[in-house]
Amino acid sequence: MTHDHDRGLDIRCIDLVELVTDYLEGAVDEDRRVTIEAHLRLCGPCATYVEQMRTTMKQLGHVPVQEAEQLPAPVRDQLLAAFRAEPHD
Amino acid sequence: MKGITEPPQAEIVEVQDPTEHDLLLRLRARDERAFDDLVRSWSPLMLRVARGYVSTDASAQEVVQDAWLGVIKGLATFEGRSSLRTWTFRILVNIAKTRGVKEHRVTPLSSLTPDDDGGPTVDPSRFRDADDQYPGGWTPAGKPQRWDVDPEGGVLRGEVRVLVSAAVDALPERQREVIVLRDVHGFDSDGVCALLAITAQNQRVLLHRGRAKVRAALEGYYVRETG
Repeated sequence: MTHDHDRGLDIRCIDLVELVTDYLEGAVDEDRRVTIEAHLRLCGPCATYVEQMRTTMKQLGHVPVQEAEQLPAPVRDQLLAAFRAEPHD
Repeated sequence: MKGITEPPQAEIVEVQDPTEHDLLLRLRARDERAFDDLVRSWSPLMLRVARGYVSTDASAQEVVQDAWLGVIKGLATFEGRSSLRTWTFRILVNIAKTRGVKEHRVTPLSSLTPDDDGGPTVDPSRFRDADDQYPGGWTPAGKPQRWDVDPEGGVLRGEVRVLVSAAVDALPERQREVIVLRDVHGFDSDGVCALLAITAQNQRVLLHRGRAKVRAALEGYYVRETG
């Protein structure tokens, strides 16, 4: 508990917020990961910040994108004709 | 079939997917069915990616068409240093970018700031000073407030979608590219790095800066709404 608490103090909030994506991508080394997780257990605001970054990622996934539309058939036919017409080397 | 020989092994050594190797051979052997299947299977995603760069659906369609024409022309000399899919999408992105610039798809603000200054992603005034008892810790006024987000994570309210879209559009170009591919279209990290020819580390930096700005935009929305 005390050890965990000490580990959590090895990183400052102002530095942690810059490591959130590296942390979420699994791109921090083991030692750094343990420190970040200890910090998140004792620091509510940082835990909130990380949670909000996750929420942001989730909401980005809901940004409206076109339904998976298909290239129109006439365009595909033109491409096929171009493929057929490309000179053999 | 004249003149078609199996390419030397070295040429295809980095093509990971054996079915892709087979596909490449069929394309080089002028297999029209293989080409048509490929166009049908990749075009929807290509249209979505292209649409991130250009102003209209019609324009995106032309970009995809031009990309396929580039693929047709390039097949004979394609060396297989990347996968066929990555190579195809890279052709697509190059054409789409050129087109997007012509259409002034990039907003004036972000074209003036091609990238940002690399400074902190959270306002430093939200943290305690160096001489504080907890230097670099959140100040009471600076710490993030909880958001009242739909706990079921269900359908987003329309205004939030609009806000997130606008925040993405306002990002510097490279941050926008990465975030659109990763978070909006769900490409994985390796795919995005290959597509944009950037390192994994560079990608994470761009992704982080982009996400932090979109988070800040959401914070402005939720905090204004509840506060």
